[in-house]
Amino acid sequence: MNLLGKLTWSAIPFDQPIIMGASGGVVLVIMAILGWVTLKGYAPYLWREWITSVDHKRIGVMYIVLGLIMLLRGFADAIMMRSQQAIAAGGAQGYLPPEHFDQIFSAHGTIMIFFVAMPLVIGLMNFAVPLQLGIRDVAFPTLNSVSLWLTASGILLTNVSLAVGEFAKTGWVAYPPLSELQFSPGVGVDYYLWSLQISGIGTLLTGINFVTTILKIRAPGMSYMRMPVFCWTALASNLMIVAVFPILTATFAMLLLDRYLGFHFFTVDAGGNAMMYVNLFWMWGHPEVYILVLPAFGIFSEVAATFSGKPLFGYRSMVAATMAICVLSLTVWLHHFFTMGASANVNAVFGIASMIIGVPTGVKIFNWMFTMYGGRIRFSVPVLWTIGFMVTFVLGGLTGVLLAVPPVDWQVHNSAFLVAHFHHVIIPGVIFGVFAGYIYWFPKAFGFILDERWGRRAFWCWFIGFHVAFMPIYVVGLMGMTRRLQHYDVVSWQPWLVVAAAGVAVIFAGIVCQIVQLVVSIRQREKLRDVTGDPWNGRTLEWSTASPPPAWNFAVLPRVAERDAFWAHKVRAKHGQLAQAREYKSIEVPKNTLTGFVNAFFAVVIGFALIWHIWWMAALGAIGAFVTFLAFAFREQDEVEMTAETIARFNRAHPTEVAL
Amino acid sequence: MQHVALAILLIGTAALGGCSEGVLDPKGPVAAAERLVMFNSTGIMLAIVIPTILATLGTAFWFRASNTRARYMPDFDYSGRLELLVWSIPLMTILLVGGVAWLGSYDLNPPKAIASAVKPVRVQVVSLDWKWLFIYPDQGIAAVNQLTIPVGAPISFELTSSGVMNSFFVPQLGGQIYTMSGMVTRLHVLADHAGTYRGMSANYSGAGFSDMHFSVDAVPAEKFVQWVAATRTAGPVLDAQSYAELAKPSQAVTPFTYHAVTSGLFNAILSTAMQSSDPLCLTPPASQRAPK
Repeated sequence: MNLLGKLTWSAIPFDQPIIMGASGGVVLVIMAILGWVTLKGYAPYLWREWITSVDHKRIGVMYIVLGLIMLLRGFADAIMMRSQQAIAAGGAQGYLPPEHFDQIFSAHGTIMIFFVAMPLVIGLMNFAVPLQLGIRDVAFPTLNSVSLWLTASGILLTNVSLAVGEFAKTGWVAYPPLSELQFSPGVGVDYYLWSLQISGIGTLLTGINFVTTILKIRAPGMSYMRMPVFCWTALASNLMIVAVFPILTATFAMLLLDRYLGFHFFTVDAGGNAMMYVNLFWMWGHPEVYILVLPAFGIFSEVAATFSGKPLFGYRSMVAATMAICVLSLTVWLHHFFTMGASANVNAVFGIASMIIGVPTGVKIFNWMFTMYGGRIRFSVPVLWTIGFMVTFVLGGLTGVLLAVPPVDWQVHNSAFLVAHFHHVIIPGVIFGVFAGYIYWFPKAFGFILDERWGRRAFWCWFIGFHVAFMPIYVVGLMGMTRRLQHYDVVSWQPWLVVAAAGVAVIFAGIVCQIVQLVVSIRQREKLRDVTGDPWNGRTLEWSTASPPPAWNFAVLPRVAERDAFWAHKVRAKHGQLAQAREYKSIEVPKNTLTGFVNAFFAVVIGFALIWHIWWMAALGAIGAFVTFLAFAFREQDEVEMTAETIARFNRAHPTEVAL
Repeated sequence: MQHVALAILLIGTAALGGCSEGVLDPKGPVAAAERLVMFNSTGIMLAIVIPTILATLGTAFWFRASNTRARYMPDFDYSGRLELLVWSIPLMTILLVGGVAWLGSYDLNPPKAIASAVKPVRVQVVSLDWKWLFIYPDQGIAAVNQLTIPVGAPISFELTSSGVMNSFFVPQLGGQIYTMSGMVTRLHVLADHAGTYRGMSANYSGAGFSDMHFSVDAVPAEKFVQWVAATRTAGPVLDAQSYAELAKPSQAVTPFTYHAVTSGLFNAILSTAMQSSDPLCLTPPASQRAPK
């Protein structure tokens, strides 16, 4: 019996120069960073202040760092796919053979959804929601750290698959029967499944954490209808996480039982039904789209109101629209497979249900427009992303409603048109929103604003690059090109795909601008420093505290009497009516813990062991994780006291915090 | 940014004009009807989407902070009339598009037979790793990666898969449908112009997927009769044994024909898919798999 299960040296593709080059490069970069951190003596600081931190702001920042790094990985995949398709026309085979190309598009989809969009959105929620609610932390701070590190575990496993073994060659949806053992005997699908199972638990815990936080812990006086809209969208998003991530976990668990123990949930033989997987996958998958896009809608709402110097137009409509989308998103999954042969009744009902989501979404667009109406709009970078989103997203929504019309869907389902559509909603809807939020809240997190000039350049590169990259994809879709083609015989598609590849190059320039923006801003941070804590003339509570906020967020919990509480306070202050006097009391803040990190380490061990069938190692990992849990459960001290003196000293040094 | 909408229109027009194949160049009533549904829905939505884009850009530009002529209304955050309007506009649009979708779903439902005086030609389709098998049960012949059909006659497809799921798709004839192991889907199309059209699998199915396309030869009725007669004279026989040989994974298979087909082979393929080597599962649940 092999002690290492299926793992042998042949798992590492030494004969593949592209893979070995890429993974070698990644390993070198990681080693260099670790070496630099050690040499400079930053390691203890990182461990103490970040890795073991349970502070929601730090966790939020770490989520965003993870998401941005994975964006580079996912984008590298995109460059390879676009360049392959730009050359592999007619008889040409391009430079990526099918077994490699098939892994790339599977990894691109998986990484972009689970390990880019999700961490970025969850990171921004982590950072901003407690501050906007005027509270000191989320409901379960340690659980929050566990969530973060489980997400990181999933990311690590997915990236290990690059060098050790292979990734799924099934597309990011991993439909059976293709993903069953019979047709995918390799470890690729197992990497996919275990990575997503582990990170999925992290996401579910985040959902529980934020639903509890938003429902149960808010500043005194902050009723539901006084919450900032971003908190509403976060609530909707997390309610959906709690509702649908268990479906995904259960579905993957059934596929794992098929693959590991010879069950027949989705096999072609013995009564299995692969189409059940397809249904279940999209019962998670469609709400997932809204899990990502609703918080981004919240960010656009905050940005539109703040930079117009006006309250959000139609707040109640916005809340109603958000919650309507939250519920409706659970009723439309079948539009992902109108071609399965369901009856006309089923297709028509699900088609129309899908279109109805366009109504609350349309309401949002109009309300943002009326928010700007009568405003004094400062065209700062977050506003560019917001307006860029609005004009782009309505067309992406248009093609989405087209796809919801069953007869149209039969003609463009699984085609490049579909690929163009979902990039046309996810890139403006989620990625533009995240970038707007990143620039909007960056000064709150680090105390200095990001360079405007490079920010504008990044926006224009992304905006133009996006259209150049994806409009041609619509065209080839209408010309009959299907997705996931490693090569194609129709040479008339090629010019369009060359243009699309050029568009990717423009987006790449945008990413370079963003990196330059970050570097330039850090170098000039003294010049860009914001000492007011309120660089944008904000409206919500996060701008009332220091930048960066202290571990306890607010020395005195704000008292909220209306919507846009901080704005109202500023208006009152102008009229000389100041609020409560300062009286500092000691505050308990949750104590840092290594539980999350250690638990994630064992999760990686379990995942890796199960992927390679190293049963003893999986058992050890499980024991390790359980012992970690026990150690946490028996902890003697879980909070640290910040004395009134410490808080007073901080506030003397940072006089910006405004007591409401 | 106004250029974006314009650019999209231009690209769209270019695609419409320059397209000699694909869904915008239908060669049969089904594809033509589907294209019409697409145009109608797009038109209805563009009527609201283009003004929205222009209004967004116009509002943002006029209310820029530097415009001293713009009125600043820092408390304008509610208007009942506007609220009614913002809910009504998308609702009206969706009512119209929803109507188009509802009618289209029934009229163009893939299993619905096409009304025609001409007797339909039946074709049984099996997707294999990675090629297409077309069985003509009434003619007793079969072809691989090449579908020959008569112009003007409804074609009635029954489709299944040998294992992995694929999607049968001929954009110029219309209507995409999945092929699933152990199950039968149905599709009806009609070609009203002679020509050669591209058909393909639209659902990724593994390593050989990129070459899993076929040509559809729509020929006049008399030529179809000649083709059937010619096919019957030469080529191998498709029986259980040669099917098992064909079912082995292969890529970029050159089209060829079978001069005879064992009767009932399609149903045999369907029921084979349900069998299991696992002794515990020898009897498949009839409720799930039985074709209508």
